[in-house]
Amino acid sequence: MSDTSSSVAAHTPALEHHFTTMEQQTDAAVMGMWVFLVTEIMFFGGMFAGYMIYRYMYYGPWLEGSQHMDFWWGTINTAILLCSSLTMALGVRASQLGQRTSLVVFLLITILFGLGFLGIKGIEYHGHWVDGQFPGANFRFPGPNPRQVELFFSFYWAMTGFHALHVVIGIGLVAYISLRSWKGAYGRAYHNPVENVGLYWHFVDVVWIYLYPLLYLISHKHALE
Amino acid sequence: MTTAAVPMREPENYLNKEYGIRSWLLTTDHKRIALLYLLSITFFFFVGGFFALLIRLELLTPAGDLVSADTYNKLFTMHGQVMVFFFLIPAVPAVLGNFLIPIMIGAKDLAFPRVNLLSWYIFMLGSALMLYTILNGGVDTGWTFYTPLSTEYLTTNVVAAAMAIFVVGFSSILTGLNFIVTIHRMRAPGMTWSRLPLFVWANYATSIIFVLGTPVLAISLALVGLERMFHLGIFDPRLGGDPLLFQHLFWFYSHPAVYVMILPGMGVVSEIVACFSHKRLFGYRFMALAVIAIAVLGFLVWAHHMFVAGISLYSAMIFSFFSYMVAVPSAIKVFNWTATLYRGSISYMTPMLYAFGFIGLFTMGGMTGLFVAALGIDVHVTDTYFIIAHFHYIMVGGMVMAYLGGMHFWWPKISGRMYPEGWGKLAALLIFVGFNLTFFPQFILGYMGMPRRYWQYSPEFQVLNVLSTAGASILAVGYLLPMVYFLWSMRYGKIAVDNPWGAAGLEWMTTSPPTTSNFDEIPTVTWEAYNYDELKEVPVERH
Amino acid sequence: MSEHIATKRTYILVWVSLMCLTAATAGVSYLELGRFNIVLALVIATCKAILVALIFMGVRYISQKMTLVVIVAGLFWFLILVSLSMTDYITRSWR
Repeated sequence: MSDTSSSVAAHTPALEHHFTTMEQQTDAAVMGMWVFLVTEIMFFGGMFAGYMIYRYMYYGPWLEGSQHMDFWWGTINTAILLCSSLTMALGVRASQLGQRTSLVVFLLITILFGLGFLGIKGIEYHGHWVDGQFPGANFRFPGPNPRQVELFFSFYWAMTGFHALHVVIGIGLVAYISLRSWKGAYGRAYHNPVENVGLYWHFVDVVWIYLYPLLYLISHKHALE
Repeated sequence: MTTAAVPMREPENYLNKEYGIRSWLLTTDHKRIALLYLLSITFFFFVGGFFALLIRLELLTPAGDLVSADTYNKLFTMHGQVMVFFFLIPAVPAVLGNFLIPIMIGAKDLAFPRVNLLSWYIFMLGSALMLYTILNGGVDTGWTFYTPLSTEYLTTNVVAAAMAIFVVGFSSILTGLNFIVTIHRMRAPGMTWSRLPLFVWANYATSIIFVLGTPVLAISLALVGLERMFHLGIFDPRLGGDPLLFQHLFWFYSHPAVYVMILPGMGVVSEIVACFSHKRLFGYRFMALAVIAIAVLGFLVWAHHMFVAGISLYSAMIFSFFSYMVAVPSAIKVFNWTATLYRGSISYMTPMLYAFGFIGLFTMGGMTGLFVAALGIDVHVTDTYFIIAHFHYIMVGGMVMAYLGGMHFWWPKISGRMYPEGWGKLAALLIFVGFNLTFFPQFILGYMGMPRRYWQYSPEFQVLNVLSTAGASILAVGYLLPMVYFLWSMRYGKIAVDNPWGAAGLEWMTTSPPTTSNFDEIPTVTWEAYNYDELKEVPVERH
Repeated sequence: MSEHIATKRTYILVWVSLMCLTAATAGVSYLELGRFNIVLALVIATCKAILVALIFMGVRYISQKMTLVVIVAGLFWFLILVSLSMTDYITRSWR
């Protein structure tokens, strides 16, 4: 341990008593966040595995179902989340440079993008609901293989539903970090929570990066028989 | 030698540093959190044991005369759910692991103390949901929640039970995450990976399973809940859904979960065997690699629970192959414990008795696992008492004994008191005898064809069932004894010295009980693990 | 603290690439490539995911190798789940 880091440690109120240096604390926090993201990979992974198995079994109905997704809303939402990842990354950068105002602004814009995403999902969900594309007693589908298409829609609702839940949680976390940033909690010496919330946000974006083609882009031509 | 009287001014330790319920409920001290977990899981051990008692009472007679069939379904379901998720999975990691890992690696606490406390509160939330399930009429899906029974046909508290287990899953995920980061980042100077006690290695391997497996259980239960509540027919056969998809997802976690329910026990046994042979553990490197191998290979075998469920034969062959493979590192461990004992200076203190019990009974349970890894045998014995005996030999004969052995071994460190050795030996003996009498007949019953999860059976099975119930009553007495004398010892037990067993390991170099920060100064480690040949200390408690 | 701070330019370049890849994947979906559609879609998605992970999430500049092992392990375990499950589904129709 170098002298400079221990003197930084002595002056950093954020250093917790069971760590010896700030570097150890930060490394631990980043590793912890990644371990948590791996649990999220496995959580979503279960649904992705199920999706892939049924797609293998019911390719036709999967095509059918995908054609009833709203291509434009899905594409716009993908773009929105990618923009939000940019602003989140720029926010993390601002925290690394100690730029408090930029940090707060970028975080708030990220939240706006997140809300925009949820708003569009709400529009889509409403549309699907009205069209009878929610599984259960009221499900109706005029085309072939309605039962398996209902299965596709079960996956659509479950996967995008859990994803949207994670977006909501992400917005909550970013809002919390914004508040703390506004109060000056983060600067050049200590900004690890911003980075970790950023990791969570980007992860939620990556999940959508995969959901988008799997749910919206299967094919635009009619289903193969 | 002081016995009953507490000295006038006790040195400060983690127990007496602060008093009051707030100091316990808002603690971030890993040792106090370990004790909070101890209270919770002990409570559930008795809840699960109560269900077992009712099961065994019902099975005294061939007729279904004590409870109705539906009630019986609830009994075995909740026995399994409570024992697995609320006792066995957290037992060693959340109690002994939480308490010991920071001390063993030379740290002042886990990497994330507040996450540790959060994990206990999440456990309590799951516990509340489980208690609600039990008190609101129970659940009868079987602990395995198979669809479409769980999603379509039952009207019992399926969603509540699924939520309870979903929630406690997050408790173990957070514990595993904490352990992984702690062991990577918080080791004291000189505490290299190859100097770590095997207890730490075992909990590390367990944590890998927590982190990679539990989320899949979470999603499988969540999907069952969504199907019940919102008709999202992921597993609905009417939509073309495959009930086996649920089983794949469920067992992807639940098989590795059984390794969660043995690896920490193996870690405990390594510590005990080395100490009470007063000898370096044989084959340290292989022992460490073996726990990792078990954790990894354990993820490749899950469909051996589905051999008769309708999976393809070719897939079954692959899973059968891997099931044989995973036995290899387990066997290596048994050989190495035995080699450690060879020419050791062996003492038969209570923890060692439990370790002996573990080695023998785990071996029997593990070997019968090899029997059922064979497709042909499995077709015959699946869903019979053979399987029940197999997994109880490992989970009860193995893990519970290891847990009790660990509790006895580290009790002086945890409480600062010695338990009464005579009673300890008696309880261990009762548990060993009671256990074998309970479960050995079940191997025979299963092989003869008695199905599991049935509340009535063919009359020719009665004698063995009566023996089994008799054994269970002895087992119950054996389990009650430590409850009583551990509590007794907290006030009246002999005051423990820092290292009553003359054991190696950083935890024995702290006070009994330790101070809140474990070490005044982080030690620098220059010695290998299990350096019994170098230790100058003579054990205080040996005979 | 020796952490790497990326430039604004880097982030914006990555963002532009991500938007282009999104347009690409949307456009390609109109081509009729049969079963190859999904392969192409997943390849593009993986490129996007790698960009997000390496640059936005900072994996490129991570100091601890162990964290990389953690990430790879997570992805590998997901593949175990999918591939071993598929051994059942793909071979069910075999005699």
